[in-house]
Amino acid sequence: MRLPTTTPRQQSRRFPGLVVGAVAVLALSACTGSAEDAADDEEGGSAPAAAAQGSNDEEGDTVTIGFSAPAADHGWMAAITNNVRDLAEQYPDLDLQIAEGTNDVNLQISQVETFINDGVDAIVLLPFDGAAMTPIALEAMEAGIPVINVDREFDDPNAARVTVLGDNYGMGVSAGSYICEQAAGDEDVVVAEIAGIDALPLTQDRSQGFEDALSECGLDVDARQAAEFTVESGEEVASQLLQSESQIDYLWNHDDDQGIGVLAAIENAGRDEFVMIGGAGSANAMRDIQGDNGVLKATVIYPSTQGADGVKLARLLVQQKGVADLVEVEVPRMVQLYAPVVTADNVADYLGSAFES
Amino acid sequence: MSKHSTTHGVEDTATASSETVRVEHAAAESGGTSRAAGLMSGPFGRNLGLVVALLVICLVGVFTAGDRFASVNTAMTILRLAAVVGVVSIGMTFVIIGGGIDLSVGAILALSSVWATTFATQAMAADTHWLVMVFVALAVGGACGLVNGVLIAYGNIVPFIMTLAMLASARGLAEIISERRTQIVTVDGFKDFWSADVLGVPLLVIIFALVSVGGWVLLNRTTFGRRTLAVGGNPEAARLAGINVKRHTALLYVLVGLCCGLAALMLIGRTSTGSSTHGTLLELDAIAAVVIGGTLLTGGRGTIVGTVIGVLIFSTLSIVFVLNNQDSSTQAVAKGLIIVVAVLLQQRLARRSIST
Repeated sequence: MRLPTTTPRQQSRRFPGLVVGAVAVLALSACTGSAEDAADDEEGGSAPAAAAQGSNDEEGDTVTIGFSAPAADHGWMAAITNNVRDLAEQYPDLDLQIAEGTNDVNLQISQVETFINDGVDAIVLLPFDGAAMTPIALEAMEAGIPVINVDREFDDPNAARVTVLGDNYGMGVSAGSYICEQAAGDEDVVVAEIAGIDALPLTQDRSQGFEDALSECGLDVDARQAAEFTVESGEEVASQLLQSESQIDYLWNHDDDQGIGVLAAIENAGRDEFVMIGGAGSANAMRDIQGDNGVLKATVIYPSTQGADGVKLARLLVQQKGVADLVEVEVPRMVQLYAPVVTADNVADYLGSAFES
Repeated sequence: MSKHSTTHGVEDTATASSETVRVEHAAAESGGTSRAAGLMSGPFGRNLGLVVALLVICLVGVFTAGDRFASVNTAMTILRLAAVVGVVSIGMTFVIIGGGIDLSVGAILALSSVWATTFATQAMAADTHWLVMVFVALAVGGACGLVNGVLIAYGNIVPFIMTLAMLASARGLAEIISERRTQIVTVDGFKDFWSADVLGVPLLVIIFALVSVGGWVLLNRTTFGRRTLAVGGNPEAARLAGINVKRHTALLYVLVGLCCGLAALMLIGRTSTGSSTHGTLLELDAIAAVVIGGTLLTGGRGTIVGTVIGVLIFSTLSIVFVLNNQDSSTQAVAKGLIIVVAVLLQQRLARRSIST
């Protein structure tokens, strides 16, 4: 059913330690690629989403794609739709219909119904709630319209032709492996974690990956708190954590939006003895890393380009093209994006594709 | 009744000076007047502005999207979208006419949807019949409404505050029960029934139609409806007229609670899930539909037809925006403008129809 595709591309060369334990990876856009990769591109791809795919970029039959995503209530989600719009401008053969971003499943279902009525060629859907959008996605598939499911999975594999996912478990693994690398065998270091909303499966996956990667080098999480992805909650939870832990060596914060609050709390407490790692990969987090002006030394990416990748795959699918660098004829069933670690060394490669929070 | 008809025109030009007049006015409307002018200033006249607004939106749809808009499928999409909000708005109309407000409808819907889809409920439904889930959703909705109603009517808590408290606690309880996870419905009988079409019309739309007709009959043709208008128009006068105002107020909240339970079932059918996030901000959609439908926020006056058209205006607008590829920010601005324009238009038309 799910066939994760792997690619033996550059990641293993660049971050040998990070790939250990990482799950399926496919670097489709330069966002998840590295500098060498971008330089190899014939077009030099300035915008990440424009990473060239050879003859696949040549204009083909016009493809009408319906796109629907939740309300842009935080930086990452806003970036999803912006990246989709930017991509559509680069392809004259793409006729993109973007529905209003909404957190109301009732309305999102109606948007998909409208796409079905319209007879679009494909639907790219980032559901507010994957399970709740499953019946209507099934209906679209039954009507012969391929559905590309982005980020939040349907509960029925038949409801999507292609699924594009980030790698939450992999984020935890990347963050954990980075700490292992930095700690270099010292098993006495104190590791702290500030998670996102604890009840969400994605948070549990991230924490699990973190724990698993740390245990590989004999470390564990000494202190853990859960915030709520908001600046306020990040500030609140981080001050509590700093109060209770007088000495920290490494701190992983799951989300750069809440990270603004976490950094504020760290500054207020006047602490600077530890290394902080972020998550998601916002532009201001990356600028902090680049400027080396604080405790934030790295962040783990959760690509905000997955909607754009979904649209790109939908276009290939409808034009009956395959993914250029794969031998496989058809567009894969599932694509899971990589969660690379961004540090001062490679931040320049990723800053261009980062989202503003 | 003849006395009401004669005082009618005078009273409107003089702008209702006392509460008692307003009660009479309301009673006159619900009773229906025979004169042409009375007819125009009745539900028909006041709804004319709304019908015009709806037609304008439809025309915009036809001009901008052509056949893509003017199709049976699009009409069904609009009606399906309207159905869930619509059923809640009908209940909301009664509460607002009765002089109250219910901010907790979205939260009650979420709680009903979660409670009706818990593992235990679904296991019981699988063993017996899926009607168990229907019963649970309606019972939870009705019970929340009863708590609201009793505390408002007998506990003398202001409706705004009481339902605000219910908004917070019902959604909180829904989160606790579901552990903030989406609960998937596995009972096939339930899914098949609620997602069915009858002669090409989705069941959700049929339910919306039945609830609308039922609401209209209840408001305009029964003692319950007349009491609702009287209680909302002037509670003191209603009490002196022998109406048990407290009991009636409590019943109105039970009614809207039951509507929420029914809407929860419709949404479960549509999404095949129960979730604590269902119905977020539904209260605003429902109140907006009721208010542009011509129901006075202060109570004592309002129509079901107006509410139904109000709901249709918003759902049609949403679909026109989707068809025209408009982003959310433009849509939010347009929605605000349309609320103001619809209300202004409606006031003007109502006034003119009275003066002729």
